[in-house]
Amino acid sequence: MSTIETDIPVLHDCRDAWVEALLELAETDDRIVAVVNDSVGSSKLGPFQKRFPDRLINVGIAEQNMVGVGAGLANGGKVPFVSAAACFLTARAMEQIKVDAAYSQHNIVLVGQSPGMAYGELGPTHHSIEDLGWLRTIPGLTVVVPSDPIETAQAVRWAAAHDGPVFIRVSRMGVPMVNHADYGFVPGKAVTLRDGNDVTLAAIGTVVSRALAAAESLAADGISARVLSVPTIKPLDEVAILAAARETRGIVTVEEALTTGLGGAVAELVVQHHPVAVRFVGVRDQFAPTGSVEWLLDHFGISEEGIVSAALDLLA
Amino acid sequence: MTTEEDLVPDVDSSMVLSDAFSVLGRVPDGVTEGEVVAHLAEAARLVRRRDIAMVRAAGLGHIGGEFSVIDILVTLYLHSMNMSPDHLGEPDRDRFILSKGHAAAALYTTLAMAGFLPPEQLSTFMKPLAQLNGHPARTKIAAVEASTGPLGHGLPIAVGTTFAGRLDGSSRRTFVVVGDGELQEGSNWEALMTAGNHRLSQLCVIVDRNRLQQGAAVSDTNDLEPLADKLRAFGFAVIDLNGHDHGALAEAFRNVPAPSGQPTAIIAHTVKGHPISFMANDVAWHHKVPSPDQVAQALSELEAP
Repeated sequence: MSTIETDIPVLHDCRDAWVEALLELAETDDRIVAVVNDSVGSSKLGPFQKRFPDRLINVGIAEQNMVGVGAGLANGGKVPFVSAAACFLTARAMEQIKVDAAYSQHNIVLVGQSPGMAYGELGPTHHSIEDLGWLRTIPGLTVVVPSDPIETAQAVRWAAAHDGPVFIRVSRMGVPMVNHADYGFVPGKAVTLRDGNDVTLAAIGTVVSRALAAAESLAADGISARVLSVPTIKPLDEVAILAAARETRGIVTVEEALTTGLGGAVAELVVQHHPVAVRFVGVRDQFAPTGSVEWLLDHFGISEEGIVSAALDLLA
Repeated sequence: MTTEEDLVPDVDSSMVLSDAFSVLGRVPDGVTEGEVVAHLAEAARLVRRRDIAMVRAAGLGHIGGEFSVIDILVTLYLHSMNMSPDHLGEPDRDRFILSKGHAAAALYTTLAMAGFLPPEQLSTFMKPLAQLNGHPARTKIAAVEASTGPLGHGLPIAVGTTFAGRLDGSSRRTFVVVGDGELQEGSNWEALMTAGNHRLSQLCVIVDRNRLQQGAAVSDTNDLEPLADKLRAFGFAVIDLNGHDHGALAEAFRNVPAPSGQPTAIIAHTVKGHPISFMANDVAWHHKVPSPDQVAQALSELEAP
């Protein structure tokens, strides 16, 4: 038992990294404000509210207003972090994201909390698996999906300095560290976490660790899998994806979302420039049932076994 | 009934495009109330003449709602707002958001009248690749604070700019014009609730109460009444006035922020298509394009008094 326990990695709630980074930024930059929809607790913004009570604007349960207020704050020279459950932020306020944030090119950071199937048991109304597919169609919006606390904190710091609209997906589901301590987030830049030349596992966000585990498992069978962590689905690192298409026999995309997210983005790219086999690991065109997030990820094969199986199918 | 033919600019459009447009600029300081009103009335007359020519030339536009809001816009830009073309970067200047973005031609013409846009640019309205889109775009015109068009967006943004001013301890005010039909969008009421609860006294919401929406009377569609009571219940200091009365508008804008510390809502009673005899209060003129004869008739009704 003891050896198994030491193999279990420490899991992190990325919200801790998000709020810590935001607090640190806010200490030295009084333009930083938070805008929430009664989501102080779910965004873990309690310490921010305590430290900067005037700089936390709670509009109540009103997502369209929330994003509009964020745009107005940006117009007034502030750097608003609009933080709410990803499902409500994206679906309810989609037109505000399109028009007030992206088309207007306001300097606004939309923080989608507890995305994917983090609210597993609460059901599809509270899941946010459509968000990546939706948001990557919006011109001018940067879409960041951090994989661990290191990347989350860096994405928050980068977004505060960036001039333009950004969406960051912040996970509550525990994830292990996958990036090195000296990692530096660059939008549009994928990270090769493991080299390989048989197949590429391109993963995003919370499930990058599962792609790494799958690569380890494939290695035991003599298959060399490259693991590409893709922190921004928009802009997509076209160079790294196309290199993977050329240098390996195909790409398995892995995401805690509908496969219209990373899967769709990768397929659109390779089919134009270097068609290769692609397999999609994610949720395919359906609402997820109720269940814990861990159960749901396994249920949809967004798991070590599921990724291995997709890779073997691709190579067969 | 708008026909395909009406949508195509013809030779007559060159006639109306050359219609004189003198930039009157802001009302000078230190003039009498009577002179203020005379200046604004003349500016509004010229803005309407230019607006109708623009819509005719573009073959598209929203004349009815433009003519109902022009007096409000002219009063704000030429007199009431602390905002000048040379100091757009001034943080304490007032802000304006046209939430009913379909009245873009009225905004552009007023901006030109106030010196924020070169008047020559007006002839590019809705042309391919023009900066003057059918709905105002923040990224294309320096004086435009927010890209609007879909209804129910401007008021939440105005609440945000007002919050930003409060955080900075600024005295600047934000004025936002919403259509009355537009108030059927729920996002407005979310924003009104926030503004009232936070007592955003530097915010002034102006409702262009022309009583008509695209397809029918507001009251026959989804009635707003009792509107003043609703706005009061949401925490606003409410003023009813004639939205074509420049003196009344100027006085109301001068009184923002309200002494009560509440945000201000001005219900500006207007007439869609005002003051053109054949357009006024006719729902068809929401986005109808005038024929050459109708342009000539309208311009004759807009001759100097």
